[in-house]
Amino acid sequence: MRNAFAQQLTELARQDERLVLLSGDIGNRLFDRLKAECPGRFINCGVAEGNMIGVATGLALAGLRPVCYTIAPFLTYRCLEQIRVDLCYHHVPVTLVGTGAGLAYASLGATHHSCEEMGMLRLLPGLAVVAPGDPWEVRAALRAAVQHPGPVYLRIGKKGEPAVHAAEPAFAIGRALRLREGTDVCLLNAGTLLPIALQAAELLSADGLGAGVYSFHTLKPLDETVLATEFTRCRLVVTLEEHSVLGGLGGSVAEWLADQPTASVRARLMRCGTRDEFLHLTCEQGAARTHFGLTPEAIASRVRQALSA
Amino acid sequence: MSHHARTPHLGSALSCLDILVAAYGSALRIDPRQPTEPNRDRFILSKGHAASALYAVLAERGFFPGEWLDRFARHGAELAEQPAPGCAPGVELATGSLGHGLPVGVGLAMASRLQRRDFRVYVCVSDGECNEGTVWEAALLAPAHGLERLAVIVDYNRWQATGRSDEVMALGGLREKWAAFGWSAVEVDGHDLQALSQALSQVPDGSGRPVAMVARTVKGKGISFMEDDNNWHYRIPTAAEVQEAARQLGLGTAAATGGDPTGTL
Repeated sequence: MRNAFAQQLTELARQDERLVLLSGDIGNRLFDRLKAECPGRFINCGVAEGNMIGVATGLALAGLRPVCYTIAPFLTYRCLEQIRVDLCYHHVPVTLVGTGAGLAYASLGATHHSCEEMGMLRLLPGLAVVAPGDPWEVRAALRAAVQHPGPVYLRIGKKGEPAVHAAEPAFAIGRALRLREGTDVCLLNAGTLLPIALQAAELLSADGLGAGVYSFHTLKPLDETVLATEFTRCRLVVTLEEHSVLGGLGGSVAEWLADQPTASVRARLMRCGTRDEFLHLTCEQGAARTHFGLTPEAIASRVRQALSA
Repeated sequence: MSHHARTPHLGSALSCLDILVAAYGSALRIDPRQPTEPNRDRFILSKGHAASALYAVLAERGFFPGEWLDRFARHGAELAEQPAPGCAPGVELATGSLGHGLPVGVGLAMASRLQRRDFRVYVCVSDGECNEGTVWEAALLAPAHGLERLAVIVDYNRWQATGRSDEVMALGGLREKWAAFGWSAVEVDGHDLQALSQALSQVPDGSGRPVAMVARTVKGKGISFMEDDNNWHYRIPTAAEVQEAARQLGLGTAAATGGDPTGTL
């Protein structure tokens, strides 16, 4: 995803002189082409993320289109107030790109995990929160973000995430992408677990269950049309994310659901994500996912249980 | 304004008023009839709690009608107690949370260069505000990029909300601190309009570095019973105190809600 981001950003910067990349002292060599082809438009702001958000705001107020890039927890938790006051209150077109989000840097410990940041950020007025599901979506989401009139948070992984789409999908912020049809259960996925969601759907379909899958990449604004459709026709809707079950996609859907008239809702909601705890186990991302039950087998098993109850 | 709207921070407003008068009165390249002109100089009052001073100067300079001052901070007023985004022509940034103005100023100064517009950016911060880490993050970044069209003016009245600013944190040697961070740092009398105008006009100063002006000021300047008395960070003057202040400043009673106490604009 990092490489897809860097390539797409470089292409965009070539076409649009307003694009400026701010980095929190990461991305060594990743942006060499951008630096060479767009002099002055790569700014290493150092290990000073709060200031970086303010600098981006100044650039945006003067008419430029800044993109801030650093590791997700440092870009978000540390800068909550700058994001709120500088970006959201002034509603400036700044794109925040949090890399290594969720459990991507599992082995570096909880300082480097971000399993609460989407919940925190989606409370902020006017901030779009987007978690692309594969490198194609990263490219498309970045293009959409830099055209967006207000601030956007893009949550991406690190490197090596598999492509799910065969080519770039027709992407719009706030519009979920349907990848698979099914009317027994519908899996809504935000972020890098997208291949896991598809594998879980395969397992369920082998059991004779119709399992739909969406890349539900935008938490805010929420695609209420898809929610209304799937909660009406399915028996179970599952949210899936490398994020706490509190406040993220699962939390967003639960809030939406609480406001719906009972008669219009057939499906129950199941939230799959990380538990409300810090990960203390020393492990790689795969094992961390297993720890939180975020494997195709564990998800399929929970779904079967819920549908037979 | 403070009396009618029941708003505090009068001491803080009076402390930086001369800086604002010097900036808007002569140094800034601005046209009140074109407040969003892309090449205009920017002035950010980062110490947003002193907004009443900014509003008074902007009104005097013709950015908006003086009647707005009479409604200051009332229900539904254009001018909030601390500035909101785009609340009034001439207000460049919503401030009030400290430590935001200088980072934004750094971004504006970078944009000025990238866009080859060459406008200048002035940020007025308070000495208490220099407690905030982002001030020093911005202070480290600006000289690394040689942002010579950026200037910070520290309103150094030696008080913050609840104590002496040199004692709450080790703020002493403030000019030397800015110099050590790579700024072209000078001290200036923050109530000497001529000295302020000259210093503000001389940005960039030829050093290739951003300019830091440590302005020695007096909190509550101009009104004997407020000067250097930190109670006036929060106190609101009574009607009698407003009359006495107006008398000391040589103003009529009507001027107590606005006007230009220095007569220089």
